[in-house]
Amino acid sequence: MSAEPHYTLYHPRWYRRRVSVWWWLQNRAYAGFVVRELTSVFVAYFAVLYLWQLRALAQGPEAYAQFLARLRTPLFVALDTVAFLFVLFHAITWFNLAPKAMVLRLAGTRVPDRVVVGLNYALWLALSAAAAWVLLRG
Amino acid sequence: MPSTVALTVTRYRPERESEPTFQTYEIPFRKDWVVLDALNHVKDKLDGSLSFRWSCRMGVCGSCGMKVNGTPKLTCATFLSDYMPGPVRVEPLDFFPVVRDLVVDLTDFLRKLKHVKPWMIRQEEQPPGGGEYLQTPAELDTYKQLSMCINCMLCYSACPIYGLEPGFIGPAAIALAQRYNLDSRDQGAAERLDILSGHDGIWQCTFVGECTKVCPKHVDPAGAIQQYKLVGATHWVKSLLLPRGAR
Repeated sequence: MSAEPHYTLYHPRWYRRRVSVWWWLQNRAYAGFVVRELTSVFVAYFAVLYLWQLRALAQGPEAYAQFLARLRTPLFVALDTVAFLFVLFHAITWFNLAPKAMVLRLAGTRVPDRVVVGLNYALWLALSAAAAWVLLRG
Repeated sequence: MPSTVALTVTRYRPERESEPTFQTYEIPFRKDWVVLDALNHVKDKLDGSLSFRWSCRMGVCGSCGMKVNGTPKLTCATFLSDYMPGPVRVEPLDFFPVVRDLVVDLTDFLRKLKHVKPWMIRQEEQPPGGGEYLQTPAELDTYKQLSMCINCMLCYSACPIYGLEPGFIGPAAIALAQRYNLDSRDQGAAERLDILSGHDGIWQCTFVGECTKVCPKHVDPAGAIQQYKLVGATHWVKSLLLPRGAR
């Protein structure tokens, strides 16, 4: 212990810690949150890709064939695979958060969280199946 | 099980240090001790100069919130045995100014709490002769969980948004505002709307969700905020589409 402490009555000297730029690397939950937020970039990427596809479709069969050929290049296959994985992560993490944001009440009691999450997945599966049916039937 | 454990504690004595340091005490390990018991042992037997807040030691008063091995915890409800063989590291709550050792300044939270008007607001008071404001069990159920908040501020310490945007009203204050909004006896939701959906309100929240994870009373402030976002957004759409009287 050092020499006589020097007290300053009624003059608290607070210590304020500044938040580091790397705060989100300090624990796994924060890192998961930031990754979830960043994956929205890939959701936007897919939206742009669809708009591009629509534009090609409107321009006629030749333009559309060119668009499809471009998607088959290794660069786009790699990019789309990575983007798909991130969008999957985005969708799953958001579905798991849904019961927090949505409280459903049936006959006076709260619908359990698992049911809310389950309904989201069921709807996802049903819509995916419908899309697959439209695309693959002919 | 070992007979002792190393307890590392943040020390900040503003008359002596300009930055917090750590001090480690070797304390006896007992199966039935919580972290607060260990701190009290240090204060009673090893170093009387250690400062920390506590009161009820039974998870009701909300004074003994600190970070234990990096996670905000009520130290009265956190067993040493869960951290064995140690060391156990106790730090003051994040994002609040440290007054001394493990004691943080609460002023900011208390100011924000008052700001959201967490009390019963009536447009017209019933005369006392009219009896109590009655409520059904179902009506009670809609806000009961939110009313469990003990103002321990662990949720603020877990919220990186509060750390980055100190103006943010924060999880507990919004949850408590929502506790009154959802109360069938309250008529103050419109008064709270401007505060809650204002610049420092719900829209600052990006749904990290850690506030709910650390809450010792299972209040779920993250849920309360997301549900209120729906209320705020609905009101905003109505304010665009409907004339003033119809909202």
